[in-house]
Amino acid sequence: MAKPISKTSKKSLPGPEDIFRATLPNGITLLVRSNFNSPSVSMSGYLPAGSIFESAEKLGLADFVSSALMRGTQTQTFDSIYNKLESVGAGLGFDSSVHTASFGGRSLVEDLPLLLQLLSESLREPTFPKKEIEKLRAQLLTGLNIRAQDTADMAALNFDKLLYGDHPYSRPSDGYAETIQAITQADLREFHRRHFGPQGLVLAIVGAITPKKAFDAVSRFLGGWQVTGQKEAPALPPLKPILKTVKRHQAIADKSQSDLVIGVFGPRRKDPDFFAASLANSVLGQFGMMGRIGEVVREKSGLAYYAYSSLSSGAYSGSWEVSAGVNPKNLQKALDLIVKELKRLTKDGVTKEELADSQANYVGRLPLAFESNGGVAGSLINIEKYKLGLDFYQRYEGIVNGVTRAEVVEAARKYLNPNALVISTAGP
Amino acid sequence: MTNKITQVILKNGLKVMLKEIHTAPIISSWVWYRVGSKDEVTGKTGISHWVEHMQFKGTKKFPNGVLDKAISREGGSWNAFTYLDWTTYFETMPAAKIDLALRLEADRMQNSLFKEEEVASERTVIISEREGQENEPLFHLGEAMQQATFRVHPYHHEVIGDMADLHTLTRADLYQHYRTYYVPNNAVMAIAGDFETKAMLKRIKELFEKNPAGKPIQRLKRSEPEQKGELKLEIEGPGETTYLQVSYRFPNAAHPDFFALAVLDSLLSGASNLNMFGGGISHKTSRLYRALVDREFAVGASGGAAVTIDPFVYSFNLTVHPKRTPAETLAALDEQIKLIQEKLVAKDEITRAIKQARAIFAYGSENITNQAFWLGFAEMFATYEWFTTYLAKLSRITPQDVQRVARQYFQSKNRIVGVYLPKKGDA
Repeated sequence: MAKPISKTSKKSLPGPEDIFRATLPNGITLLVRSNFNSPSVSMSGYLPAGSIFESAEKLGLADFVSSALMRGTQTQTFDSIYNKLESVGAGLGFDSSVHTASFGGRSLVEDLPLLLQLLSESLREPTFPKKEIEKLRAQLLTGLNIRAQDTADMAALNFDKLLYGDHPYSRPSDGYAETIQAITQADLREFHRRHFGPQGLVLAIVGAITPKKAFDAVSRFLGGWQVTGQKEAPALPPLKPILKTVKRHQAIADKSQSDLVIGVFGPRRKDPDFFAASLANSVLGQFGMMGRIGEVVREKSGLAYYAYSSLSSGAYSGSWEVSAGVNPKNLQKALDLIVKELKRLTKDGVTKEELADSQANYVGRLPLAFESNGGVAGSLINIEKYKLGLDFYQRYEGIVNGVTRAEVVEAARKYLNPNALVISTAGP
Repeated sequence: MTNKITQVILKNGLKVMLKEIHTAPIISSWVWYRVGSKDEVTGKTGISHWVEHMQFKGTKKFPNGVLDKAISREGGSWNAFTYLDWTTYFETMPAAKIDLALRLEADRMQNSLFKEEEVASERTVIISEREGQENEPLFHLGEAMQQATFRVHPYHHEVIGDMADLHTLTRADLYQHYRTYYVPNNAVMAIAGDFETKAMLKRIKELFEKNPAGKPIQRLKRSEPEQKGELKLEIEGPGETTYLQVSYRFPNAAHPDFFALAVLDSLLSGASNLNMFGGGISHKTSRLYRALVDREFAVGASGGAAVTIDPFVYSFNLTVHPKRTPAETLAALDEQIKLIQEKLVAKDEITRAIKQARAIFAYGSENITNQAFWLGFAEMFATYEWFTTYLAKLSRITPQDVQRVARQYFQSKNRIVGVYLPKKGDA
């Protein structure tokens, strides 16, 4: 039966008619979408100040800077910043990745000016007080100790090392104990001075506010920010292809489970075969209960609680990985099953039904991604970061359904060479 | 946000709760069963969670491998959770596709197959799930704390169950558990989203009234006896990090003191987030953070109570600072507890706690899945009114209330202190 239970099926996908986009004179790009269904507002953004600018001796510097931005500014202490935020139930936080420093925040709409003021202060005038830096350093070091004991984290860390070799992408953005120890207050200040500025900063605001009000508020708090000589990212060496399978196991004593990551280079987000690879990945290790990988490793063999594949595609590189957590004695068995599935995908591709299923899933789940303000803000950031166009989500169905089986198998064959895999495991 | 809902009890005892929300073409449907790890006896621990897994293994109408694909194909998102008191299943779907979820839930309420070979393969999956948890120091500490806290009450074991039982539970055990608890008169169906109540109710009746009511359920009634003084425990394991957990016996969620304690929680540890979808806020200006993290007794500090049917605990979780001993960190915590017991809190602090709660509620209400979650969740340990009157109840709390509950519940004779120590001599 298919009774029309639903009353509204209005077009709810963000598009040019309801996304406001503007550039401030100082280079900041602002995206806004109103949603008056809840009295809250969500904010998300980034600027080009990632770990790519670090030296090998100071790995973790960009991450340290991001973590320290709210530890004190020209006018406020760490406690005063958080006191203002938390007193109104608002949140603001910074993070960093290879290419960008990012931030996210939210509040009741009446507190958006406060949120923007604190964003502005943290971005523009952090002071990196010595005492706070040392407290933070102890927290970061404890985090690294915990990482060293985490089988999934270590398998992933070593995977990046093996895949990227001597390329800067091989480095963990949270660094190592010795590099975190080596970072000084002067390093933090210098990194901030050289790389933080309005050029390349993108900010999305979604919630119970009109675009005009959001624009005025952002102009008020960030419009006056000027920085001369913001550094461009260094040119990166080319990625070296993986020519034959490489393996590494990290021993971590007294653990009940081993974690594994098997993978290869994947497409970049703007590569023409991105969607073909993404749909191939869906069939391989996502659709239903984690695709074919979930079917053989979990459902049929009962080897793992989790087993799936993922594609992560950035502006400059991508990787395609299968991950699972298994009993140490089943490690080889699981690896063999996964490699067999990779071979099957590159040999036979996907069936008509499998492709149609994944396409329907991609299209059908889209409204769910826009359920919350945070979800919409993330989508707006995506549109801007990869220059997808404001109508991207409205064109999405056509893009997804336009991918053919031939394109899917071609993408699988291009990236997944079963004889040149990176295999990283960690456990007892 | 409106809290207008429709509540109906069907002839077979199934409670139906419906909330129309027309902000997006989405419907989220949840079925809650009043069964969880507290309904398990020694030798059968972990059975509720395992039954939850088996609910994804197919019925005659929706064989294994068909239902997951069907939901995914329609762009739906679905999952299930097993907890101390309840087990729940949800699907959030594009509104036009919700019928699939309704048919599926009506069917697997009683018609799951529990095939022998599926039980066998799921056994190793669940053992693997437990092994993954065992990789975490805090899992071991939490498990040791829980069994020290509850000697008599069936809250004494982890939801995942003991490894011994995961090896020995049989298909017959699982199926019996399923048929006992998966009956309409032991379930609540909660749906929120883009539908018309009348049409939705009609469809639910068509699908669910076919399932006959089950026998009334006999529950385990084993209250935990009064604790005779502070309990302490210590466990060892790999790593370099010391963890300290301190649990105080705490009232159940429907208890009138829960709201004064919620304010106390906000002041001490930072506002707890009870949303399943929607996130919380940071806790860097809680009394605990200022006294323990800022002053370097801990590198991380959090606290919170579980929302339960029977009394459970309020737990502080502290990652001990490398330059401190667990005893020093505990002393710093004790100082804060003493302070809040002796000195009346300022009215402003309560106002702040209420504003924080209001913001967290607003974030949660952005999300239709989360709104549907609350309909049924509140019903598990109280009623939906508990949720809709939460902010009003907080706003009536006085500084004297906070002091009274701090004195009554946060006593050392009522607590369990546990330490995870990194094993010496390991590389």
